[in-house]
Amino acid sequence: MAAREEILAALRRHAGPGLPRPVLDGVGARFPDLVARFTEGVAAVGGAVVRVPDRAAADAALRALPIHLEAKRVASLVAGVGAPPFDAGTVEDPHDLEGLDLAILPGELAVAENGAIWIEGASLPHHALVVIPEHLAVVVEAGAIVPDLHAAYARLDLAGRPRWGLFLAGPSKTADIEQALVIGAHGARSLTVLLVG
Amino acid sequence: MPTVALFVPCYVDQFYPQVAEATLRLLERHGCTVEFPEAQTCCGQPMSNSGEAAAAAPLCAHFLDTFQRYQYVVAPSGSCVGMVRHQFADLVPDHPALGKVRAATYELCEFLHDVLGVRRVEGRFPHVVGLHRSCHAQRELRLASGSERQVAPFDKVKTLLGSLEGITLVEPDRTDECCGFGGTFAVAEEAVSCLMGRDRLDDHAKAGAEVITGVDMSCLMHLEGLARREGRPVRILHAAEVLLGEAA
Amino acid sequence: MGHLTTLRHPEAAARFAADVPRTHWHDQALWFMRLKRDRAAAQVPEWERLRELAQAIKAHALANLPALLEQFERNATGAGATVHWARDAGEHNRIVHRLLADRGVSRLVKSKSMLTEECGLNPYLEARGVEVVDTDLGERIVQFRGEPPSHIILPAIHVKKEEIGALFHEKLGTAAGASDPKYLTEAARGHLRQKFLAAQAGLTGVNFAVADTGAVVVCTNEGNADMGTALPPLHVACMGLEKIVPRAEDLGVFLRLLARSGTGQPITTYSTHFLGPRPGAELHIVIVDNGRSALLGRDPYRRALSCIRCGACMNTCPVFRRSGGHSYGVTVPGPIGSVLAPAVNPLAHAALPFASTLCGSCADVCPVGIDLHHQLLAWRRELAAAGHVPVVKRLALRLAAWIFASPRRYALAGRLARLALRVLPARLTTRLSGAWGRQRELPVAPAESFHERYRRTHGRA
Repeated sequence: MAAREEILAALRRHAGPGLPRPVLDGVGARFPDLVARFTEGVAAVGGAVVRVPDRAAADAALRALPIHLEAKRVASLVAGVGAPPFDAGTVEDPHDLEGLDLAILPGELAVAENGAIWIEGASLPHHALVVIPEHLAVVVEAGAIVPDLHAAYARLDLAGRPRWGLFLAGPSKTADIEQALVIGAHGARSLTVLLVG
Repeated sequence: MPTVALFVPCYVDQFYPQVAEATLRLLERHGCTVEFPEAQTCCGQPMSNSGEAAAAAPLCAHFLDTFQRYQYVVAPSGSCVGMVRHQFADLVPDHPALGKVRAATYELCEFLHDVLGVRRVEGRFPHVVGLHRSCHAQRELRLASGSERQVAPFDKVKTLLGSLEGITLVEPDRTDECCGFGGTFAVAEEAVSCLMGRDRLDDHAKAGAEVITGVDMSCLMHLEGLARREGRPVRILHAAEVLLGEAA
Repeated sequence: MGHLTTLRHPEAAARFAADVPRTHWHDQALWFMRLKRDRAAAQVPEWERLRELAQAIKAHALANLPALLEQFERNATGAGATVHWARDAGEHNRIVHRLLADRGVSRLVKSKSMLTEECGLNPYLEARGVEVVDTDLGERIVQFRGEPPSHIILPAIHVKKEEIGALFHEKLGTAAGASDPKYLTEAARGHLRQKFLAAQAGLTGVNFAVADTGAVVVCTNEGNADMGTALPPLHVACMGLEKIVPRAEDLGVFLRLLARSGTGQPITTYSTHFLGPRPGAELHIVIVDNGRSALLGRDPYRRALSCIRCGACMNTCPVFRRSGGHSYGVTVPGPIGSVLAPAVNPLAHAALPFASTLCGSCADVCPVGIDLHHQLLAWRRELAAAGHVPVVKRLALRLAAWIFASPRRYALAGRLARLALRVLPARLTTRLSGAWGRQRELPVAPAESFHERYRRTHGRA
């Protein structure tokens, strides 16, 4: 622990006088129509939103899409949406998820300003389900849209409940070759948001 | 009307006296009594920007000594005024006149706009003009809102220039990119400096500017030097010369 | 870091800028990023308020670093991670290697980490028999080329697609002459997917370490950090100790700024909050000092520790765009790099604070409000005082200062200079002006200075 103590001692020497925490005021996006803004936001990050009235409609809409029609292996983590059900929970080694064509994931909340969706770690048997499938569909309730990240973190209350998770905004992408945007770098080649309600 | 001490940057004094003359006439035309303290030399910016604080400090002190008795000090240069306002405090922190002179010193267009409240300049300048927004005027003195910050747009120099009769102001694609002068940078990093300058000239030419103007003759000296070497047809004038207008 | 250039910035920059069309291509690519940043920022009405808050949060975090790091360690450990501390690059490399060696790891996949570049981790591990695969596409490209990234978020911005096509043809067997980015990216996807599946450990950098939760947040667009850590049983996350933010809610401020500032995106595709290991796996977090605690004690440079590595200062810097990241000869180039590098080695990096016109655009785009150009000026003073500035330049400036110190000497020197310009042949004066006159004319010297004219017209004051 010599390193730890030495580093902390050096930091204590150099930290200087304490400064108060700033109050996070004067920020916060407002949008007249959260669903419309979120739909634009998803499109801007390369995804697509399908608005459906309920879960049954989400299931029907998804089954009509090529990502589902052409998929051989589908894993659904959302009851009643997508078939045939492939039980990712029975997979022990995430390497066995390789070759998955489509995964349907639950989204806990959605952010209008940037089109991101919070995927709760606890809702997934494997982290790999976020990146390994060729295509992703995320089911999220229209009532779970918040204006921006400030509202999102307030609602998630991460400090209260230690947990992992991620904001997912669109499909995997890169622009590392001459700034040309290419969708499908390592993860999903497409992201479909099934917006329920 | 106020009494104004004119500060003429050293290179303007030696190579562009017409710019100093235009500044003087412009101030007088706007009702100022202008004095030119002859003891003035250089504000010390070339030394300070090169890190030679010890060499710069006596010049800063000399500047403060020379100008301390005036209500206003006005200079046709954004970077020299930026030097007085932002660097003097580090270099001569204990000089008794520091606070007073700092608060009294203005760039010409800033003085016209903010102190005299000028929004319309009488005069004619029937030419297509591109404004080179020099960095220190832009980002140290905030003579314009700038392309980076998300604040309500304003541009004091453009407001004044645009009020001239017959003038057509054109904007380059990159409205406030640096010209590459940068003091000793122009020599120490000659390759990049000259490329930056030529890129500005190209950008203004694309916008159709016949005249490039600005509030810092140092940037303009660099652009003029490049333009003359290549025989480019563009005319380079200080904003004071443009604001003085042309005889009808 | 022996593979970095040893040329001083002016020479390296001149070499880069000598190919004018290619320099313009590079300049334009980065300027495009700057424009995307402007558009993204303009869509956030409270942009400047966010920058103020980000600056204030970072200032608060830096002033409370010891307590916040301990809080972070407590929470991360509580969630099942193991926290390591490294005083310097060597200790960092040894810790990472020990973690790998103890588990028999010989195949490591990495997502982007400027810290491990700074520490020279790749060559260290490779020399010890570990295959290290950089999985960010741009980083894989420069790794294949055997060179460091030229930009912290756009590692291969200096490489043309035709060159990448030839490189992939050689390394990955893509079709000869193929240079379509989509095709090349697809080839890299297939190649790297195999590397992900075969990896025994994944290493990531850290964008933010959250004290009140113990999570580390890693932001990527490609998904390589998630892919690299979701499969193997070991995740090593390496972070500079300045990456701390006090609270999870602070991330709202930083994530709104980060991607908008760097690439103009509203947020990166994956903003993953890692907290504890996956079931059956391990998470090790290595907290690295490597000069940071010393920098914390040095005003004004301590503010540079607020940097969130967005790359905006590089994109906007007119010198960076025309000299290329490699011309700086350091892991983090551009304005922020020119502030950080001299703190590590003032003599070796003495040219960097002068590789700037002090135009200030960097400070105005910086999402955490670092006054970069003022810090460069502070370095110039310090380097000059330490004698790290070319002696000819120092003497010239001191001579000028001596002349300016006396109105009489100034008047005489001015007269002589103008006289010389008027009577000597232009060819000679141009040559005498050195680097000024190679591409530029000298000003036309008037017969009278303003001083002289004023005295003539107004009489002695």
